[in-house]
Amino acid sequence: MSVRRPDTHGSMVPNDEVMPYSDDETDDELDDDFDETSDEGEEPEVPRPPHPPVEARPSEIGWKVKANDRPYHQLPEFEKKVFLCIKKSRYSGNAIKTYKYNAITFLPLNLYEQFKRAANLYFLALLILQIIPDITTLPWYTTLIPLVVVLGITAIKDLVDDLARHRMDKEINNRRCDVLLNGSFQETKWMDIQVGDVVRMKKNDFIPADILLLSSSNPNSLCYVETAELDGETNLKFKMGLRVTDERLQQEDQLAQFDALIDCEEPNNRLDKFTGTMLWQRERYPLDLDNMMLRGCKIRNTDVSHGLVIFAGGNTKIMRNGGKTRFKRTKIDELMNYMVYTIFALLILVAAGLAIGHSFWYEEIGSKAWYLYDGKNQSSSYRGFLSFWGYIIVLNTMVPISLYVSVEVIRLGQSKFINWDLQMYFAEKDTPAKARTTTLNEQLGQIEYIFSDKTGTLTQNVMQFKKCTIAERSYGNPTTAEGVTLDRGRPVDWTWNHLADKKFQFMDHSLVAVVRSLKDKEALEFFKLLSLCHTVMVEHKDGDLIYQAASPDEGALVTAARNFGYVFLSRTQDTITIREMDQENTYHMLALLDFNSDRKRMSIILKFPDGRIRLYCKGADTVIYERLSPNSKYKETTQTALDEFANETLRTLCLCYKDISQAEFDAWSRKHKEAQVTMVDRDAALDHVYEEIEKDLMLIGATAIEDKLQEGVPETIATLAKAGIKIWVLTGDKKETAENIGYACSLLTDDMQIHYGEDVNEKLVVRQANRRSEAFTSHPSKKKPAEPFFTDGGKNALIITGGWLNEILYEKKKKRRRLRLRRLGKRPPITNPQDPQPCNDWEKEMRQIDFVDMACECEAVICCRVTPKQKANVVSLVKKYKKAVTLSIGDGANDVNMIKTADIGVGISGQEGMQAVMSSDYAFAQFRYLQRLLLVHGRWSYIRMCKFLRFFFFKNFSFTLIHFWYSFFSGYSSQIGYEDWFITLYNLCYSSLPVLLVGLLDQDVNDKLSLKFPRLYLPGQERRMFNYKNFFVSLFHGIFVSLIIFFIPYGAFLQTMGQDGEAPSDYQSFAVVTASSLIFTVNLQISLDTAYWTFVNCFAVLGSIAIYFGIVFDLHSAGIHFLFPSMFTFTGVASNALRQPYLWLTIILTVGISLLPVICIQFLYKTIWPSDGDKVQRNRKKYEKELEEEERRTKTSAFQRGRRSRRSAYAFSHSRGYADLLASGRSIRRRPPTRGGAQDSIREVSQREAENI
Amino acid sequence: MVKEEQETANRPDNTAFTQQRLPAWQPMLSAGIVIPGFVLIGLAFIGIGVALFVTTRSIQVLELDYSGVEQSSPCFKCSDTSTKNCVCNMNFNLDKLFEGPVFFYYGLSNYFQNFRRYGVSKDLDQLSGNLDNFENPTDDCVPFQYDANKKPIVPCGAVANSIFNDTFKLYQIIGGTKKPVPLDGKGIAWWTDYNIKNRNPSVTPLKNAFNGTVQPSNWPKPAYELDPTDPANNGFINQDFLVWMRRAALPNFRKLYRRIAEEDYAQGLPAGNYSLEIAYNYPVLSFDGRKKVVLSNVSWMGGKNEFLGIAYLVIGSLCVVMSVVMLIVYAKFKFPDEE
Repeated sequence: MSVRRPDTHGSMVPNDEVMPYSDDETDDELDDDFDETSDEGEEPEVPRPPHPPVEARPSEIGWKVKANDRPYHQLPEFEKKVFLCIKKSRYSGNAIKTYKYNAITFLPLNLYEQFKRAANLYFLALLILQIIPDITTLPWYTTLIPLVVVLGITAIKDLVDDLARHRMDKEINNRRCDVLLNGSFQETKWMDIQVGDVVRMKKNDFIPADILLLSSSNPNSLCYVETAELDGETNLKFKMGLRVTDERLQQEDQLAQFDALIDCEEPNNRLDKFTGTMLWQRERYPLDLDNMMLRGCKIRNTDVSHGLVIFAGGNTKIMRNGGKTRFKRTKIDELMNYMVYTIFALLILVAAGLAIGHSFWYEEIGSKAWYLYDGKNQSSSYRGFLSFWGYIIVLNTMVPISLYVSVEVIRLGQSKFINWDLQMYFAEKDTPAKARTTTLNEQLGQIEYIFSDKTGTLTQNVMQFKKCTIAERSYGNPTTAEGVTLDRGRPVDWTWNHLADKKFQFMDHSLVAVVRSLKDKEALEFFKLLSLCHTVMVEHKDGDLIYQAASPDEGALVTAARNFGYVFLSRTQDTITIREMDQENTYHMLALLDFNSDRKRMSIILKFPDGRIRLYCKGADTVIYERLSPNSKYKETTQTALDEFANETLRTLCLCYKDISQAEFDAWSRKHKEAQVTMVDRDAALDHVYEEIEKDLMLIGATAIEDKLQEGVPETIATLAKAGIKIWVLTGDKKETAENIGYACSLLTDDMQIHYGEDVNEKLVVRQANRRSEAFTSHPSKKKPAEPFFTDGGKNALIITGGWLNEILYEKKKKRRRLRLRRLGKRPPITNPQDPQPCNDWEKEMRQIDFVDMACECEAVICCRVTPKQKANVVSLVKKYKKAVTLSIGDGANDVNMIKTADIGVGISGQEGMQAVMSSDYAFAQFRYLQRLLLVHGRWSYIRMCKFLRFFFFKNFSFTLIHFWYSFFSGYSSQIGYEDWFITLYNLCYSSLPVLLVGLLDQDVNDKLSLKFPRLYLPGQERRMFNYKNFFVSLFHGIFVSLIIFFIPYGAFLQTMGQDGEAPSDYQSFAVVTASSLIFTVNLQISLDTAYWTFVNCFAVLGSIAIYFGIVFDLHSAGIHFLFPSMFTFTGVASNALRQPYLWLTIILTVGISLLPVICIQFLYKTIWPSDGDKVQRNRKKYEKELEEEERRTKTSAFQRGRRSRRSAYAFSHSRGYADLLASGRSIRRRPPTRGGAQDSIREVSQREAENI
Repeated sequence: MVKEEQETANRPDNTAFTQQRLPAWQPMLSAGIVIPGFVLIGLAFIGIGVALFVTTRSIQVLELDYSGVEQSSPCFKCSDTSTKNCVCNMNFNLDKLFEGPVFFYYGLSNYFQNFRRYGVSKDLDQLSGNLDNFENPTDDCVPFQYDANKKPIVPCGAVANSIFNDTFKLYQIIGGTKKPVPLDGKGIAWWTDYNIKNRNPSVTPLKNAFNGTVQPSNWPKPAYELDPTDPANNGFINQDFLVWMRRAALPNFRKLYRRIAEEDYAQGLPAGNYSLEIAYNYPVLSFDGRKKVVLSNVSWMGGKNEFLGIAYLVIGSLCVVMSVVMLIVYAKFKFPDEE
């Protein structure tokens, strides 16, 4: 690793600049690291202990890979137990498998999965009950038919999903790659690649596995890779082969002879770490991450490269990084399950009550009724027991069998609507939004916290040279060539410069004029500096220049210089060639003082063609101003310009130069060389030397780069904030960059007080101390409402780095602490409440709660320098302690973990990287679509789902409870109140379509108003539309309706006769009347609840009623009776009963009484306590007209930014540049000279090991 | 052109449906609809209620309980189950014309024909004339499936077995002599019941179909001899049998026995004294049941039942009251809200 590990054990203050690489680190590893670093630090040259370190831990065999030796990996010692005594090699093949079923396992596995669902199992149990003759009260088909339909629909959906996965797997597994087999390279499918294979990759190939780079067609076996899939960063990284492999493994036959043994770490998910050794021809070579090419990356600018497969398939780092695919459920799902359990409990209670009723009834009446004699000598209590099961069957429809499948259908529909939404379609990249999971839609309407990645999500990861200040003058605003400021400018035309980058846009024509006139020496120097002082590498391709920069900022600066006529053309190890307007010049590079995060600047010392020696330096304003010469001009004006740039959230760099005399340089150069070969702490020594030369600088000016935000980000964030959603930014970027972006996207504002890690830690320690002293003085009191951390009342924001997060949350400190305690002898009692360390898990948890509470008090939270794991941890902390619904949005593999952890993961699609999208639940191309996804689709989905569920429960209660009322008049004999076919078809045909359509299409207000009034989103967050209260309201509504539907016909039927004298009071007519009343009531009730009446709804409601009568008349017809005389027993009932006007009057009255009170109550409620939604809805027409007018008047107005206080907008590359690589000549190694003696010792060791093998 | 298409290959369709912009009507429960609606519905309900109430008032009903619980009852002597073929006479007096057509019902109370296991105890295949089920009645009929000699019972099951077997004769007493009132037993069941649902096996004579079967134990004569006067009214399509087999919804019920619409009585029963001769066979007192005879005429809405009319009146009035309440509430809350 090129970056030093934060020295956290000693000091208590974590380093803000580095990522705390804690992912997957076990305590053991921490210990090892501790030992290793101390070893290396103090005595790196000392020979290793006589026995090789691998053998020091015999329990671990490590990961051994032998090149070109497939049978080796099948050896028994590498097998692991899979199942009982079946063993399998530890080395997985390269095929990936994400599908669940194949042709044979589909049916059993899918059924098994489906019956894992409590509801399905319940219905299976019911089916079995119905087959028992003593118990059966309903024919078996009343349960079987709906169950088969439900299982069938779910199975079909699963099948379609799985087929898509099959296709995807197949596509990836069948990608081609050259593998060295039997002495020559053969094109092979990815899935057939095995560990230990030597593979050959071409330019722009994806890397098929985690591969050790052996050699490439570039000098020094350099290989460029693009890691966009892994981390979303588009700048290239370079990888290097070992010197030995580079020299000896260029040809095919050489590679075929290659038989090294690699011994390295076990597969893990750390993208930033790899350690191993290669044993080849009796020599040992250390391997690190710089030698590894990881699966998922893409090879760039390298024609051919050879590598050795170390990890394949599921063992690759990218796969390991995927984290567990969690099965996500929505809150509503959970709630729904609890409600089903509630209903179930209710069912048992009711059935038990009725069973007792039956026992008594039989004792009192039934046993005396001779006509009821059934020849069975059963006691009344046993009859009660049977009746219990009978009622369980009869009342089973209280648990709606079609609930789950209807919910699935609705969600599928919502997902389709998301996919179809043109306003979330990104035309530029032809990327529509995609709902990848179809089970989470209504959760989108309940989001409380959004966790967003920065690079690629909020920002485009495109840097643009926007403004600059050169010698007192600021440039960048739209102007004409004469310097007259314009409101709206045209981009500069670059045709005069045939080398210009056409994509580069600049508005200020005056700067171009100044440069082209060649009069302003400072301006020329400015661009000359930009074209010389950098670590960019260049590639000539088809006559075009392609710059490869370590950071996009540098690329932007060099490109700017290029367009202004200072074209960086090429570089060698010690020269840089640029074209200055029309003249090509080569400069001799004497030294390159690379950028790093402590120095915050980089310099280059050049010998001009005329012999002058000049140092060019660019860096953060703070560090540059300290080092300026007292004679330097323009300090004040530049400072003013910097402030201005900072306010526009541009990223600034100061540029300066210094002339050095030959003597001065010679003296410095000597020191520099000395420092370069220092063994101990070379970096510090170099820094010190650099410091000596980088002083008395002369300021030229400053650049301002815009880290381009994605379109509409500030507006989206503002809207979401109004909807009560809190947005946290979690990024691997540096603190300054992240803060800068925070301002740029209006997440941070000037009236916010920003709290950093130290501040937070202090507050938390105080809180902990208070708690401890409280615990000392009084007994642990009951839960008090937590006092707020910020009492000053203003807005607060939190910016915290990964290091501080670890510090605050005590991550990964247990072991060290345990060690320390062991050293101290025994656990010391807490005597000092100020001790910041936690004493037990409880305190640790309290600390985490405190932190989450504090963070949630803030308007904005930015976590920077966090690892993927920490991102996920932050998300799960909020999930755990706030019980809130969370959403993560990101675009790179480093966001995968948090995307999977959050309740909803959103991936930014349409870019190179696919990892985030693959593990996301929703994917779209632009951050700004988030507001539409949440405020429109999420809100609608939530409202629809809640409406649907409320109605569904109501519908089934009012349907089922008739049997309950009827039982009082039928001797508790589990006599049903309807025809059994009605029970079978009620949920399938008669009542589901209208409510399903409401679940699919309903809108209380349209999308524009949803966006205009973000507060309409609040009911979802507060879970107001579906909770236990709503559930019981539905329950009581159902009870009420069933009561009416039973007792009105009861009153009407008690004593009467038909128009023609025939008694209509028979059971079958009664059943038809109740059923018809129910159908009318339920369908009209859903009509009342429908807010958005399309012709489809209309059709469905009328259709359902029509279907009911159609089916009823069919089932009661003569024809079907002749076919199945014993199945359809209601022959002729509908026609006989429904020609009685009296029965129609009964039905009308029943329906009226069922509906009118509900309308009345709803009206009164909405009048007295109108919700926000009601108010908007009431004035819908007015608002819609307003919106239309608004749209007509203005398109989008520019987002206003207020004046901001001074802060450093300095921000620069994410990593150090390629300086080492450029400057170190032949051996482009990071630490070339340190190996000398060590290699001897390694050779010794390796011999021993070779003997052992 | 081709290129353009490719560039937008993934573009979703711009239709009203996919963009969720289907033309729609978004009704609101606004005061302008709800309050007048309630008034209108209320008035309509009141209208229906008045009509029902007036009609039901005009219907004449005569109920005679002949269970013989009280000692004063003429049928008290028959209530002892040991008496066989007991006949009792109930006399009653009509002081004005009982307008015809008059319907003659028998009624039972506390009789659970809607008991589930009782209800399923029949063989619908058998009743639709399937001869296989004559030999092997369905298990639902247990314990009335086979008799002690393992001979199949036809018609099987508890419902058929418990058929109501009291018979009635009605006489008008004119000057001390009994003039029989003709009772019409045709068409008292649903047409569908004796033409579609229940069928006799197509065997002539019908008797032969019943070879090898026995009649239900409570039955005095086999199914094919239920009506000696009309051969077409025998077997499973006997109207009395059908009326009984159509089970009642509630434990207190009436079933149509006969119609009085012939000869001198086509206009109804004239005022005068009548005597009802009852062949008392059916035991009901063991389970606290009651037996009644009901004479009633009907209107367009059927028989006498005040419940529906009153219910309509109450609900209609409540609607009107509620509309006033809503108006008051609306006036009170609406105006500050609009600002």
